[in-house]
Amino acid sequence: MTCDEAEVLLHALIDDELDAGHAHEVESHIAGCPRCAAALRDYREMSKAISEAGVSYTAPAALRQRIEAALPQPRAVPNRRAVLRGFAMGSAVSALAATGLVAIVLRNDDAERIQAEVVSAHLRSLQAGHLTDVISTDQHTVKPWFNGRLDVSPPVIDLTAQGFTLIGGRLDYVDARAIGAVVYKRRQHVINLFVAQTGNTERRGARIDTVQGFNIRHWSDRGLSYWAVSDLGKDELAEFGEKFERAMPAPG
Amino acid sequence: MPINASVDDPEKARRFREAALPYLDDAYTLARYLLRNATDAEDAVQECYLRAFKHFDTYRGPAMKPWLFAILRNVCRAEYARRATTPTSAIEDVPESADQTPLWHEAEETPEAKLVRRWDADTIRRLVAALAEPFRETFVLREIQNLSYREIAKVAEVPVGTVMSRLARARAMLRSAWLAEEEQCK
Repeated sequence: MTCDEAEVLLHALIDDELDAGHAHEVESHIAGCPRCAAALRDYREMSKAISEAGVSYTAPAALRQRIEAALPQPRAVPNRRAVLRGFAMGSAVSALAATGLVAIVLRNDDAERIQAEVVSAHLRSLQAGHLTDVISTDQHTVKPWFNGRLDVSPPVIDLTAQGFTLIGGRLDYVDARAIGAVVYKRRQHVINLFVAQTGNTERRGARIDTVQGFNIRHWSDRGLSYWAVSDLGKDELAEFGEKFERAMPAPG
Repeated sequence: MPINASVDDPEKARRFREAALPYLDDAYTLARYLLRNATDAEDAVQECYLRAFKHFDTYRGPAMKPWLFAILRNVCRAEYARRATTPTSAIEDVPESADQTPLWHEAEETPEAKLVRRWDADTIRRLVAALAEPFRETFVLREIQNLSYREIAKVAEVPVGTVMSRLARARAMLRSAWLAEEEQCK
């Protein structure tokens, strides 16, 4: 290897970008070339000096704030937000960290709390005499029963032919709101399908979580949020959700 | 889809914050070295983040830092162009042919036994800032931002071979400036 080649390749050696074969070639050249060896030593010393001196810059807090202000803000969540605002005030950095954090913490927090409430409601419904307010296997009986009792009555779909028997409907309370629960059965397993209005009109794909031993399939569609809760296995609960969604009348 | 946009934006913004804001100091550091001016660097970084947010939908990875840097570099180049029309603040740009000039004359007189001195952060910053483009950019991306050669090649939109020759030249120039600094201190 010539000095001309080595003077370029020794940088790749420093930066650990050379394959073993080339690294060996460069090292052999350097072993016999004091000039290249001195260069290599100096470059390594310089690299070390640069990393140890700390020559990066820290972005000014004002820049961070300007960027933050220019981005769409996380959705307002009134009460908790106000509580958290207190410690979001520290500095620009902590304020930023807090806004990011608030969005995440609240999201999970709310979702988890509602899931826990949904499971509690499911458990309450299993106590004797609590499962249904209206008992009917006929969707045309259950559906009108909800009308007038709720701002938004849940879609009631007969899935008997698909292996899930409609047995009735019930009013329940989740997240301090009255919501509709449509009750289905497969074999001896009860499925409560809780339906609540959401401000969010986008469709959100289903996810299945397990809370206190119960499976919850949650999805949103056309302004409604759905939680199907059951002690059925995840596969069968997923099957239920998919069949329900497929049986929903097309929009418009 | 105006309805979806209003619904998606806070979620998109949240993901963007998480993905991109951790690199704010890195982006600001790069802008400082490229533009050598604190105010211009702030403006460039802000513009970079707004552009990045706008194109965040098309971001497919793999690494956020080089992706942001590629955007930032384009913003900075627009700033060079603006300065070029303002003669008083124009920054020197070494022609590409400088890539091909021999490296050795700069450090030829270096006594082989002498070790380079440890400079403080301010001195190093000044020496790096004095490097001519495009060598400064390559040097900063490698030595301060720790990008790989391939990542630098992507950011600077040049082949990896060019990255290697620019880096060799940048380090050689810095080495001679580094040693010259010592002469001045005597």
